[in-house]
Amino acid sequence: MLTMTGVCAFVAVAVLFFILGYLVYHGSTSISWNFFTKLPAPLGETGGGMANAIIGSGKLLLLAALIGVPFGFLGAIYLAEFSGTTVAFIVRYAADLLNGVPSIVIGIFAYILAVLPFKHFSTTAGGIALGLMMIPITLRSTEEFLRAVPRNLREGAMALGASKAKTIATVIVPAAYRGILTAVLLAFARVAGETAPLLFTALGNRYWSPGWSQPTSALPVMIYNYALSPYEDWHRQAWAGGLVLLGLILVINILARAILSRGVAVPRS
Amino acid sequence: MSREAAAPLPMRMSINKVNFFYGTKQTLFDISLGIAVSKVTALIGPSGCGKSTLLRTLNRMHETVRHARLEGEILLDGQNILAQDVTQLRRRVGMVFQRPNPFPKSIFDNVAYGLRINGTKLPIADAVEKSLRHAALWDEVKDQLHKSAYDLSGGQQQRLCIARALAVEPEILLLDEPCSALDPISTAKIEELLVSLKDLCTVAIVTHNMQQAARVSDFTAFLLTGQLIEFSPTPHLFTTPSDPRTEAYITGRFG
Repeated sequence: MLTMTGVCAFVAVAVLFFILGYLVYHGSTSISWNFFTKLPAPLGETGGGMANAIIGSGKLLLLAALIGVPFGFLGAIYLAEFSGTTVAFIVRYAADLLNGVPSIVIGIFAYILAVLPFKHFSTTAGGIALGLMMIPITLRSTEEFLRAVPRNLREGAMALGASKAKTIATVIVPAAYRGILTAVLLAFARVAGETAPLLFTALGNRYWSPGWSQPTSALPVMIYNYALSPYEDWHRQAWAGGLVLLGLILVINILARAILSRGVAVPRS
Repeated sequence: MSREAAAPLPMRMSINKVNFFYGTKQTLFDISLGIAVSKVTALIGPSGCGKSTLLRTLNRMHETVRHARLEGEILLDGQNILAQDVTQLRRRVGMVFQRPNPFPKSIFDNVAYGLRINGTKLPIADAVEKSLRHAALWDEVKDQLHKSAYDLSGGQQQRLCIARALAVEPEILLLDEPCSALDPISTAKIEELLVSLKDLCTVAIVTHNMQQAARVSDFTAFLLTGQLIEFSPTPHLFTTPSDPRTEAYITGRFG
């Protein structure tokens, strides 16, 4: 039994490390300063970079956060503090379902919502797609952290004459803020690597995409396109893109862990 | 009978024929008693007798539990509390809980909390110092007001919670077994404090510890299975109880 579980654990970890190692090996030999500062080179030329995709990803994630965080956060407050009603049950159930929906379906939805009416692909449409994905992730994990705030803290505030809204704003959310921040960061990391919802919303772009209403490049989409191309140089760039994305997600995860390990604000009682 | 009971005392709160239900289960039956101004009134009885439930109706904390229902009348200075704005009521009726529950904030911010949410115009620092002095905690924390409340010991945390409740200058302070999570030395400090609080406000305390009730209170109510069995001046209740069930309880034959 021990041997079998040990072997399985080893295989699981080995696969992960193989993928990581392969990515780091190919990525690090391909990455260069140009990758961060240059536009993609014209077809047939080697060199160039993915500066537009990096900026594009940044803009998409910013939009996603602007949509996903407020809705997820306020929705979580509703679920954690006013739950027990049928509405709360339905919202929670819907969020769980939405969490399990394949991301490409979210993409189609955003396509219908924000691409078709305007007749063109845009950064806004991509941001909406990613934002929609962030809502249920933020919602459910934030709710868990709010629920973990002990009941006696709520009572303490209410016994001093705090209304429910004041109790939430001045005691419950501050007590849970580290957890909430972590939840938001992890949701961020999750959508940062999404490709499918961007394919027919942000589409992709080989040039800069000023403003919010034009198609834009994004790192995952760029990786997808470059990896499928027949050019050796593009394959190398795709590896570099993968490494950058991995680095970003790694940084976010470390940040989230650092925030949480500074201690949960509330002692377990 | 002591002289105190002979002369009618002014009442801070009057509980008239209170019945209490959790769903269909009745947990308090026809309770009537008065809480005298500037006295300590203790509620004692075995676990599950309803003493905490009764205390929690006095600032309407029972309303935070679903399916809780109260019948009867509770008067604070002659006004029915059930008809008042609940947040206003809770500013006048403070509460300290079984387990110390300081907020995850600094010592100063904990005491200032009630003042800030009520938008006080008073200088907060002075009020905080005053409350901490009343709670006999000032000398221990005056140099670390901006440290987290969780750096304090359990007994200090409980006194901090008392200071926090006192800061909004309640007319009556409710304490729900405030020492049950504390060691004997911390308990002694809090008991000493309770007696001194009488100058500031009226005190009602729930305790499962009979000796504690005997030490700190002026009046004691003995509850059993949701009924008020006996309510009299503390020395009277502990020396010459009029009900055989009270006598059985205080001599340790049950509970």
